[in-house]
Amino acid sequence: MNIRSPLLSPHKMKDYIRYIFQSIFILLLFPVAANKIVVQQGGKVSSIKAALEQANPGDTILVKAGTYREGNILIAKSVTLLGEGKPVVDGDYKVEVFTVEAERVTIEGFQIANSGVSSMKDLAGIGSMNGHYLIVRKNDFVGTFFGVHLSGTNHVVIEQNTFKALLRSDHETGNGIHLWQCANATITNNTIRGHRDGIYFEFVTNSIISGNTSESNHRYGLHFMFSHDDEYRNNIFRDNGAGVAVMYTKNVTMINNIFDRNWGPTAYGLLLKDIRDSRVEGNRFEQNTIAIYMEGTSRTEFKRNIFIRNGWAIKLQASCDDNTFTENNFKSNTFDLATNGTMVLNTISRNYWDKYQGYDLNKDGIGDIPFRPVNMYAMVVERIPTAVLLWRSFLVFLMDRAEKVFPAVTPENLKDDYPSMKPYDLS
Amino acid sequence: MTRVIKYVFYDILRTRFILLYTAFLLLSTLAMFQLDTDTGKVILSLMNIVLMVVPLVSIVFSTIHFYNSYEFIELMLSQPVNRRVVFLGEYFAVAISLCFSFTIGVGVPVVFYDTGASGFTLLYTGLMLTLVFVSMAFLSSVLTRDKAKAIGVALLFWFYFSLIYDGLLMWIIYSFMDYPLEKVTLALVSLNPVDLARILMLLQLDISALMGYTGAFYKDFFGSSLGLIFSSVILMLWIVLPVWGALRIFKRKDL
Repeated sequence: MNIRSPLLSPHKMKDYIRYIFQSIFILLLFPVAANKIVVQQGGKVSSIKAALEQANPGDTILVKAGTYREGNILIAKSVTLLGEGKPVVDGDYKVEVFTVEAERVTIEGFQIANSGVSSMKDLAGIGSMNGHYLIVRKNDFVGTFFGVHLSGTNHVVIEQNTFKALLRSDHETGNGIHLWQCANATITNNTIRGHRDGIYFEFVTNSIISGNTSESNHRYGLHFMFSHDDEYRNNIFRDNGAGVAVMYTKNVTMINNIFDRNWGPTAYGLLLKDIRDSRVEGNRFEQNTIAIYMEGTSRTEFKRNIFIRNGWAIKLQASCDDNTFTENNFKSNTFDLATNGTMVLNTISRNYWDKYQGYDLNKDGIGDIPFRPVNMYAMVVERIPTAVLLWRSFLVFLMDRAEKVFPAVTPENLKDDYPSMKPYDLS
Repeated sequence: MTRVIKYVFYDILRTRFILLYTAFLLLSTLAMFQLDTDTGKVILSLMNIVLMVVPLVSIVFSTIHFYNSYEFIELMLSQPVNRRVVFLGEYFAVAISLCFSFTIGVGVPVVFYDTGASGFTLLYTGLMLTLVFVSMAFLSSVLTRDKAKAIGVALLFWFYFSLIYDGLLMWIIYSFMDYPLEKVTLALVSLNPVDLARILMLLQLDISALMGYTGAFYKDFFGSSLGLIFSSVILMLWIVLPVWGALRIFKRKDL
């Protein structure tokens, strides 16, 4: 037998030795320990700009507490900016506060305030184009137009920041975290309030959004377009003008998020439009006008979600196909499911419906007769919104019963053949 | 008048019907709370009782009671007592005893199980509907001398407000669906105390759905303090006007 490790090959060996020497040579060019420059008001270096001037790539700039009004700060070197005691960097409502042009920049521990507002430029607290490997950590963004605005920037980390927009009208408010054409972004544990869209993704791939709270934004808590292979989990989206929108995307994973109190005539807990091959699992939808609105959604799995006290738990438009709904809990929703067609191309099975009135003779936990989740009156209200006024009246109750016996309006085959008798233990 | 109320009240207690009614409400309410842990769903079931059973019992019981105490009324009127005092005495005694039953039967469990705002709305609408339908019963009682006819009229009232009116309303909504109907329907709803009570309950139970579409309009109206005052005033009118009309007829009536 001939066992030869590749390392032992004399040819490869030479390569490796050359590598090591090259690496040592490169390391010798830079000082091994990076410099630290301290910025302090009244100190030797009193402005961030001056510090950036002096800095070499790899240096750390430590900024002491105080308020810094230096206009637009351009970062063209790979440095780490560290705030100590939350120094305030103020844009005086005129400029973008930090513009990052270099790669591998870290900005941590600042309060970034009052960027300019413009309808021509997307001025932000931190803006970057192609500044790969940017890290934005533990900053407070107050009154910025856009919070973080990145384009063409890969491998960014945005974590533990807070974003709070000023109370302005819609067109004077930008997005909290705005990413355009990025890849491999990690956005964790941020809190975003009062922006236009809390988090905005367009052409962003292979990214993770987790543990964020996005609430009271004018438009969407999370706005997601053409962003494939992304995952968002453990986020809270609450009280947003229009909830969360996920559009024109494939392979999105949405796990353990909370969609709460998205109220209004056009508010959706989760709006899915032209989505395919995605997964919606373990989420909690509570008190939304419409918890999930689906249009053109294909091959998506909805599993182990909780729908509680929503106006409409799911609005399934006829353009959706091959979706599966299993092991979800539907509780105290006004309407569980509404649809606008009679064709049934989706699978609904083994869910718990609190409105189910069937029996289970063989005690296997599965109801013996199917449950039809589409309420006839939901279809009436769909056509005539004013008719919601008569909901829960005796007349509607009678109509509903008649419809259950002889389905005429509701799609006959849209049913759960194996409804669970007991709610699933999801929390 | 308190004396008249007292005598009538004792008389009502003696028929035991009111005790049965209290027991029925109490048992069914407790059973619902026992069977279901979700208080929202219990309130929903109780709402059906409040909207259907309470008006029916109130109106039928009051009408029957009125005719059963006809002799008592005649006896009282042979004494130097004002007709107004006798009539209102009868009315208050019946209204108070039915409200009392409802409070014990539904109110106590609801407060005991701590159901919050929706529970209190339920109690409020239940008591209001009891009073409204007692008033209507008295009106139907003075309209005719014949007991069977009066019960028929009373049932018709109940049937009209619980079912027929909603049918008409739905027909109107359906026929004029292309027009903005919010304000019109608001006015039409005020013409039916059962609908008014139902919408007050909907605001508690289906608030998320009401936020959609035109529902937000009703939410803004009924959810505001102005809307609450408006609905209370309308319900009050529904209590006072039939009694007032009945009293006018009763005063002049040849018994």
